Amino acid sequence: MVAVTASPSAGTARRRPLLRKMWQYRQIYLLILPAVVYFIIFAYVPFYGLQLAFKDFQIFRGVWASPWVGFEHFQALFNSDKFYQLLRNTLLISTYRLVFGFPVPVIFALLLNEVRHVWYKRSVQTITYFPHFLSWVVMAGIVINLLGPTGVVNTMVRGWGGDPINFLANPSLFRINLVVTGIIKEFGWGAIIYLAALPGIDPQLYESAKVDGAGKLRQIRDITLPGLLPVMAVVLVLSLGSLLDAGFDQVFMLLNGATLEVGDIIDTYVYRVGLLDAKFELATAVGLFKGVVGMVLIVTANWILRRFGERSIW
Amino acid sequence: MVVPGQTLGDEQAMVASEELEQRRPRRGHRSQRDQNPLWADFIIYAVLLFVTLLTLLPMLNVLAKSLSDAASVSAHPTMLIPEHFNLDAYRYIFRTPVLIRSFGITVFVTLVGTFLNMVVTTMAAYGLSKTEIPGHKFLMWLVIVPMLFSAGLLPTYILMKDLGLLNSIWVLIIPGLVSPFNLILLRNFFWSIPPELEDAARLDGASDLRTLWDVVLPLSKPVIATVSLFYAVGHWNDFFTGLFFISDNSKWPLQVVLRSIIVDQSMMNMGGASAPNSDVSQMVVSTANITSATIIFAIVPILLVYPFLQRHFVKGIMLGSVKG
Repeated sequence: MVAVTASPSAGTARRRPLLRKMWQYRQIYLLILPAVVYFIIFAYVPFYGLQLAFKDFQIFRGVWASPWVGFEHFQALFNSDKFYQLLRNTLLISTYRLVFGFPVPVIFALLLNEVRHVWYKRSVQTITYFPHFLSWVVMAGIVINLLGPTGVVNTMVRGWGGDPINFLANPSLFRINLVVTGIIKEFGWGAIIYLAALPGIDPQLYESAKVDGAGKLRQIRDITLPGLLPVMAVVLVLSLGSLLDAGFDQVFMLLNGATLEVGDIIDTYVYRVGLLDAKFELATAVGLFKGVVGMVLIVTANWILRRFGERSIW
Repeated sequence: MVVPGQTLGDEQAMVASEELEQRRPRRGHRSQRDQNPLWADFIIYAVLLFVTLLTLLPMLNVLAKSLSDAASVSAHPTMLIPEHFNLDAYRYIFRTPVLIRSFGITVFVTLVGTFLNMVVTTMAAYGLSKTEIPGHKFLMWLVIVPMLFSAGLLPTYILMKDLGLLNSIWVLIIPGLVSPFNLILLRNFFWSIPPELEDAARLDGASDLRTLWDVVLPLSKPVIATVSLFYAVGHWNDFFTGLFFISDNSKWPLQVVLRSIIVDQSMMNMGGASAPNSDVSQMVVSTANITSATIIFAIVPILLVYPFLQRHFVKGIMLGSVKG
């Protein structure tokens, strides 16, 4: 595109078919241009800020003029206990979400599939999909209302003569809270892709299974679940790609001083030290670590999908 | 071919449902299925009822609390039906300038932001659906790389600072102008439009722009609606952009203000009570009333558009995509 101005005449353009072709598509390029400018500025220009991870940032000298310090920040990071705590929390929360959150939509879809009253099915779907559209701010409000010291659950516990439990400030319950409330918000929505896949399973398989005397559970085990396997594989593999995203919004809403030790994840830490404590270099270094590992995970996920003959991500 | 097509993150369903599209034709008839034994049906219906109530009752409880008087709320926190029905909590929050202003900001950001999102995304998606243009592959990678690797919060913050976007309402719109995911979703749809239709328009001498406007867009109304809703819900629920880049609380978007009311319960120093005059101070509203009313205040707009959301989002999945 740079050389377009160098070939104004038709004669030159005929000798350079590429430029001629590009000129022919000039309106198409014009349509793409705003998005290209956007991506360059907001997705690529920030890369220059990554040098902060290797510099001693002096605010008056700016990013470029600040002196280099090599891997000093990374050394400090990898030698600190905090880093391993963050990594552990992030990976544990993500893994729990995967292990417990993954089967729920599958089971929910299987159950819904057995419902023959359309109105019942519709009502269940309409209500259970709804929380997907709410922000974590609103969901956190509902969770606090339920589990807080004077919340619904503790009122019931007291009513039954039990001791109130401080769910939200109890380190041993924090990750469970995250996973369970996360599941409640998303399980309905997550079932949609399985519900969409169910009609695609060949009905003849069920017929022949019936002839062979296979019961309902047998049919689910040997036909339905294998039929859903490709979808499940994609969902699983792609969650691998986002293993380092433990869910900033949700964790940030529910995190407090009492649960910081078990709930502080990479993203909440970057926000806190970077923007609140203004330790720019450290936060950049942690962010860069996350970015690089995240990229490796995503590329690996895509590679696995290709290996299994699924449509790859790109 | 290299399909720089599909995307990432919570977009699993996209790849997955494309997979199913191929098998769709042979669908079975529900009616042929076995009847479950009665006890099995009972268990299935009961489990579904349980999970539905698990979603529904906490919201009903909040609704009841928002409509009851303070004494009833603290006496019966488990209520599902309002006691001593009144609207004081709502009157109170509607007189909280910070909340109302943030509501206005978010309405603006959602309307203007979604419009700008759609203009830029649609144009680029149409352009990128033309794989024959020179440099197509390069341009696609330009869109895909940001999905694989992002520089992170701090470099982005520094950029916003350099661009003068910190503490500006535009920071809620411009930095998220194009979502690579939505761009690719739209592009895949444009791809699926039979080229003959566009060719016919071109033979009549229509330019690319005219073809997009007169031929392609009218055929794409449902997918345009779906992607607009993806963007709109994203703007409405956007929390962290405001948290990260706006420190002046008079410019906070709705979700950030909601958080300080609902989670921090710091309503009392947010302006509502800073006007302890006349009838406001005489209302007997508790923190529980206020947070409950605020939660409902935040849910209602989503509830109003929910029929559209449900229909179009589900359709979005069938189009070969889903967005979290």
